[in-house]
Amino acid sequence: MEFDPVILSRLQFAFVVSFHIIFPAFTIGLAAWLSTIEGMRFFTGKPVYRRVFDFWLRIFAVSFAMGVVTGIVMAFQFGTNWSVLAEKTGSIQGPLLGYESFTAFMLEATFFGVMLVGRQRVSPGFYLFACCMVTLGTMFSSFWILANNTWMQVPVGYEIVDGRIIPTDWKEIVLGSIMMIRWPHMLLGAFLTTAMCVAATGAWYVLRNVHREEARVMLHWGLGLAAVLIPVQMFFGHLAGLYVYEHQPEKFAAIEARWEDETPGSEVWIAWPDREQKRNLFAIQTPGIGSLIATGSWDAPMKGLESFPEEDWPPVVIPFFGFRIMVGMGLLMLGISWLGNLLRLRGRLESNRLFLWGTFLAFPSGFIAVLTGWYTAEVGRQPWVVYGLLRTSDAVTPSLTTGDVVISLILYILVYFIFVSFGIWYIYKLLRAGPMGPVQPVDGAPGARPLAFAGDADRRQGRD
Amino acid sequence: MEASTLALVWAGVIAFSILAYVILDGFDLGVGILFGTTRDKEMRHRMIGSIAPVWDGNETWLVVVGASLFAAFPAVYAVFLGAFYLPVLLMLIGLIFRGIAFEFREQGDEPGGLWDVGFFLGSVVVAFVQGAAVGALMRGLPVTDGQFSGTSLTWLHPFPVLTGVGLVIGYALLGAGWLRIKCPGALRIWATERIRWLGIALFVVLGAATVAAMTVDFSDGLRDTAARFNALHAVLLLIAVGALAGAIYSTRALRTWLPFALTALLFLAAFATLGTMMWPYMIPYQLTVAEAAAPEASLKFLVWAGVIALPLILAYTIAVYWIFARDTETSYHSGD
Ligand code: HDD
Ligand code: HEM
Ligand code: HEM
Repeated sequence: MEFDPVILSRLQFAFVVSFHIIFPAFTIGLAAWLSTIEGMRFFTGKPVYRRVFDFWLRIFAVSFAMGVVTGIVMAFQFGTNWSVLAEKTGSIQGPLLGYESFTAFMLEATFFGVMLVGRQRVSPGFYLFACCMVTLGTMFSSFWILANNTWMQVPVGYEIVDGRIIPTDWKEIVLGSIMMIRWPHMLLGAFLTTAMCVAATGAWYVLRNVHREEARVMLHWGLGLAAVLIPVQMFFGHLAGLYVYEHQPEKFAAIEARWEDETPGSEVWIAWPDREQKRNLFAIQTPGIGSLIATGSWDAPMKGLESFPEEDWPPVVIPFFGFRIMVGMGLLMLGISWLGNLLRLRGRLESNRLFLWGTFLAFPSGFIAVLTGWYTAEVGRQPWVVYGLLRTSDAVTPSLTTGDVVISLILYILVYFIFVSFGIWYIYKLLRAGPMGPVQPVDGAPGARPLAFAGDADRRQGRD
Repeated sequence: MEASTLALVWAGVIAFSILAYVILDGFDLGVGILFGTTRDKEMRHRMIGSIAPVWDGNETWLVVVGASLFAAFPAVYAVFLGAFYLPVLLMLIGLIFRGIAFEFREQGDEPGGLWDVGFFLGSVVVAFVQGAAVGALMRGLPVTDGQFSGTSLTWLHPFPVLTGVGLVIGYALLGAGWLRIKCPGALRIWATERIRWLGIALFVVLGAATVAAMTVDFSDGLRDTAARFNALHAVLLLIAVGALAGAIYSTRALRTWLPFALTALLFLAAFATLGTMMWPYMIPYQLTVAEAAAPEASLKFLVWAGVIALPLILAYTIAVYWIFARDTETSYHSGD
């Protein structure tokens, strides 16, 4: 592998976007969860909801801040490192990202301020409204960014005039059938990520025998939500697989580690795909059922990589394992959430320590699934940045030198390493401290933040 | 080539968003810059509190500017970000440290620490880079086939460095004006004093930049700019100078908002001068509005963002400012 601006820019993009997605995956769900809890409190008036809300709000604040700053980095990556991509496809990607900032970013950023420090300054109804606006903002945001990425995966609704890409059918671009599969898949992924984290936190408190009342709310809501959502998610995942089969056969072959054409296809469960020898080592597979799984028919012909010119082959190892890890996490969520609800029905949820440990340890399952899902989709699209239209190697900013990208990559790694480790440490501390009863802002501190109280809770309680 | 009506509309929307960004994020970056000049914990707490509810919305105008450029003038977006690879990197890192400081500084055992340093340095770097980018743009950027063709250090010259320093001071001036409005008591007196010093410093730096532009750093771009100077620009410049002098002088007045308003007027006038001088170029003297515009089909699709979303953004932004406007009073009466 040679270190030229292209490969370094790819590394850099993968690095910064991987860190970014961790936070949206969590905050999209958390915003919705906070709105739900605030709504419950608004209508039932139960104090426990207020305590749960205030607790998760602090965690939301830290995660959201990290989501915003890593997101701003993303908004500029297209221009700094992929200026040819930006210039060539700006006519389509630009308006989509434009809509994202006009309809989503402003909404979430503005009402985020109200959500954090406005509790005492606005009516309860307006406060609930602000929470809902933040939630709506995060959902709009995921909508537009997925529309954008979906167009890069399967470009539709355009024509090429004098070498320029001109959009012809915005409805197809924004509301196309693939978008209607991928957006729900991402959104559900975010909800599941949060649900698993909330349930895991509840399990942790029960195991430590602290905050029992709040822990019960978290366990019930988290496991309940996951149990309902995961089958839907698997269904959309299946639809995603169908679209890949139809529109990106090279990616599909890579995901399945299928080197040769087969009718019917076999299903490789696990193997080590070897690009050099163009075959799988240590493969465990079941002949004959690959076609059934992919298409629902017993004898559909399955294309292997050999059907395509080798310069169009995506890397195989990452999509192959990425996909399997994602599906594995989905199965894990299915198992935990359904078992959990079963235990709950039997009244044994809070006494089964083994199950609680399992739930607690499953907290990263959502993050892992989201990340590996994106790796499958993005690495599987290579060597194209816009599938079939623009190769990644042709998309890089022409004036970039290897030195420039080395500097930026090192700086990003350093900076992200520093602030993300502190961020995670702070979130851990907040989780460890747990819900602490309602927070009352100190009178007269303008714009005092809930976190200000989270940080010096003891001092505050002494003072109040 | 004539620019289409839609391209003109989008140039207008972008100009408006830049102005909104410069004034709104300008004052909270300014507060960040001033933040580093005191060690008083209580003062720092109040400073950061005065911008806490609004900084995120303010900063998002930058994303709006970036995304609108990408959407309506992708060629400009590509050239600009390619040309400022390293400065933009520094700016993004600055924005990271600034943005997380709000949450992180409260999390340690003692409020502040590393994150306070980051908040201050981040603010300075962001302001400097933006100012330097404007200076470098005025000097001119090499463009070949619609892509930037210089190196990552092309921007580094005396003139851009001075405009960078100028913007740091300019933002600090806005920030001091904001603190004067928002934070009664000792902090108001402190901020008012800063306004005078910063105003004078800004005069000096802008003077030095002008001299540098005409002597050591004279470039083709600057020569073309100078050649375009006309009566309108002279009037605008006079307004700018008058506003700056007024901002310094008005610190004697009782009206707390006057220095802030006059500084904002200074930014408005300076921005109008630049805009009209470069018109119709977006990358001076390489890419015009018409050449850089996205296809009509893209601009047409975007119209709804300008017609429906933008007014909504303005409405709720004003509503949120209004909600927090009452803060000063509560803190004032309770003695804070
Ligand atoms: C599925 C969701 C999703 C995905 C795939 C991405 N983002 Fe993101 N982004 C969000 C969901 C999100 C969000 C939920 O809206 C965030 C996260 C936390 C937050 O504060 O807003 C956000 C923040 C965020 C911000 C800061 C907004 C602000 O100032 O408030 C920007 C500029 C971007 N993102 C840009 C991008 C770009 C250019 C991406 C593509 C590579 C990207 N995001 C992928
Ligand atoms: C947020 C979740 C995402 C993750 C985790 C992710 C992951 C990745 C990875 C790992 C790569 C490198 C692939 C390679 O070089 O082999 C990549 C490339 C890329 N992706 Fe994504 N991606 C995400 C979302 C997006 C979105 C939403 C867009 C566009 C709107 C996008 C556009 C790109 C571009 C432009 C590249 C660079 C060219 C390339 O390396 O192929 N990505 N992404
Ligand atoms: C269990 C069954 C699942 C199946 C069959 C499945 C299937 C797929 C497929 C085929 C892709 C690639 C689509 C493409 O290349 O564009 C994908 C992507 C993705 N998956 Fe899954 N998935 C499953 C579960 C999950 C779970 C549980 C999560 C998260 C909690 C998740 C999150 C994602 C994400 C974030 C992407 C990338 C975005 C996208 O391409 O749509 N998936 N999934």
